[in-house]
Amino acid sequence: MIELLLFYVFAAVLLFAATMVITAKNPVHSALFLVLAFFNSAALWLMAEAEFLGIALVLVYVGAVMVLFLFVVMMLDINLAPMREGFARYLPIGALVGCVMVVEMALVVGSKDVNLIHGGPVTSAAEGVGMSNTKALGSVLYTVYAYPFEIASVVLLVAIVAAIMLTHRRRPGTKQQNIDRQVRVRKEQRLRIVTMAPEKRK
Amino acid sequence: MAEFANLVWIVAKIVALVVPLFIAVAYMTYAERRVIGWIQWRKGPNRVGIYGLLQPIADACKLLMKEVVIPQNANRFLFLLAPLFSIIPALAAWAVLPLGDGLVVADIDAGLLYVLAMTSMGVYGVIVAGWASNSKYALIGAMRAGAQVVSYEIAMGFALVGVLMAAGSLNMSEIVHAQQGPFWNWFWLPLLPLFIVYWVSGVAETNRLPFDVAEGESEIVAGFHVEYSGMAFAIFFLAEYANMILIAGLATILFLGGWYSPFHGIGYLGPIFDLVPGTLWFCLKAGFFLFGYFWFRGTFPRYRYDQIMRLGWKVLIPVTVVWLVVESVFILTGFGPWF
Amino acid sequence: MQAIRDLFNSFLLIELLQGLRLTGRHLFTRKYTVEYPEERAPQSPRFRGLHALRRYPNGEERCIACKLCEAVCPALAITIEAEPRADGTRRTTRYDIDLFKCIYCGFCEESCPVDSIVETRIYEYHFERRGENIIHKQELLALGDQYEQQLAKDRAADAPYR
Repeated sequence: MIELLLFYVFAAVLLFAATMVITAKNPVHSALFLVLAFFNSAALWLMAEAEFLGIALVLVYVGAVMVLFLFVVMMLDINLAPMREGFARYLPIGALVGCVMVVEMALVVGSKDVNLIHGGPVTSAAEGVGMSNTKALGSVLYTVYAYPFEIASVVLLVAIVAAIMLTHRRRPGTKQQNIDRQVRVRKEQRLRIVTMAPEKRK
Repeated sequence: MAEFANLVWIVAKIVALVVPLFIAVAYMTYAERRVIGWIQWRKGPNRVGIYGLLQPIADACKLLMKEVVIPQNANRFLFLLAPLFSIIPALAAWAVLPLGDGLVVADIDAGLLYVLAMTSMGVYGVIVAGWASNSKYALIGAMRAGAQVVSYEIAMGFALVGVLMAAGSLNMSEIVHAQQGPFWNWFWLPLLPLFIVYWVSGVAETNRLPFDVAEGESEIVAGFHVEYSGMAFAIFFLAEYANMILIAGLATILFLGGWYSPFHGIGYLGPIFDLVPGTLWFCLKAGFFLFGYFWFRGTFPRYRYDQIMRLGWKVLIPVTVVWLVVESVFILTGFGPWF
Repeated sequence: MQAIRDLFNSFLLIELLQGLRLTGRHLFTRKYTVEYPEERAPQSPRFRGLHALRRYPNGEERCIACKLCEAVCPALAITIEAEPRADGTRRTTRYDIDLFKCIYCGFCEESCPVDSIVETRIYEYHFERRGENIIHKQELLALGDQYEQQLAKDRAADAPYR
């Protein structure tokens, strides 16, 4: 009873937040609504007994990705008027993409292989062997899906390196502090104590 | 009816945790001012009540009665919401911390992950406060805090990975059980580098000195909470101190054997020291870390921003990664009493 | 060799521990706090506190309205108006000091040829209403009368150095 009520509350807030992400005028508000949406979907996952996924969603998306997002959005000075100009022109393409997504979702939800009501394959596996959700996920990831998992991590690593290579530029002539050298410096390298014969005063 | 009784029981547990926590926060402000005073050859607050013990109450009354000034052109809604963003995760994370054997609000399996997720959300309060205040100092403070917290979270996460490898569980109570025994059985010894990294990044996560560039009184006035006054400011204060106690409690659970006495299981000493309740041992160990916070504040000057980033990315993260490899060798060879 | 030693120093946090040891020792040193209302810091005879106007022993006010103090005051805190008195001597009719403007530099005291305007040792005073920050001639004279003994002693103690 309470569980069902909670589900509807979380689901309603999730839908509301998701709508606000695309309708809010202020980009910072949009980003914060996206955070709210992530948070509610994490709550829904927790209710579906997928606690690892739920917490990982909060940890990764809310805790790190959205912080960086907000970081960028806060620095932007967006003028809304020119962004609305192309609205009519891009509408058909947008509508098409939307339709494709709806159809895809319908195929997934409607298919007989994926039974959404009684939990996905991972939860049922966990229930089967009596392991915690986290453990079950881990054992599947590192045995059955070991190669795809490793390949995915390499792909991500390549993406990171590529992004750094693309944006990194060497600017000669900038004055930078080399902290390692600053720390390594000793008194003898900077200070010279000279012994001099005392000067005569007239 | 059973559900209702359950709900009442949960609420009672939460109240029993949060009320002492708030009192602890209040008295930490007092302890901090006293300790820093002593370090600086001063006496610290000693006027309100005997030894100044009523000082936190006087401060609370003052803050309660002050007006909450909302700056012009600030985003009113987010401005008032930001303090909540910072206090809620700070309190929510406490749900999984076992203060004694079985003394925990929610004994969940993914406890460690949950704590990490909650602490990572605390930064929203800072960022939203900085943005909504419509002040350049606040925005700069928010930027610094955001970059710093995200960077140090990685080092902290790696340090926690070391603990969960050693304990073989994400459940907080089981992590403590895995450290059962005298003080050399606790994880601080085999995971010493991770312990230090965790401790350093914990100080950085809570934006405390020497990593308090988000506030930086001497350069950006007070950083993200420069525009806050009265109760709104007090809530930020509360959140910061609740986070400090949280980090101290976590360090106790993960590295210093939680509620076990330091002589647990040694001949005659063990049973004598076990007479002291476990929660008291927990508080003593956490108190040691909290004293460390004050001591660091009284000792170290603030790091420069680029130095903080260098320390986080180029020193702490490599150290943790190297030690994780060493630790896996330990685990494979079954080294010492720990693995 | 030096590089290895540096590496060890930084990874064992030697310098940080040295700092902590120093502050740890300070925790237990004797404290220098002066607990104000019960204990007070000693004052020099040259202490510059609230102002006062002095009189000669026969009761005649010292100030001759030369306005040197008004001229020397860097904060423009002093306002003086003067008129000849009935007996033909020149005296002030108004002598106001704005204590918000005053920076307690003591120049007025030093410029005074008759040791009339002086600064007392009083440093605990407050204003409750607007306008109370401006102290008038009568109040200044009253202060001078009240603290004459102390003021005379302080002037005498400082006289050899002037």
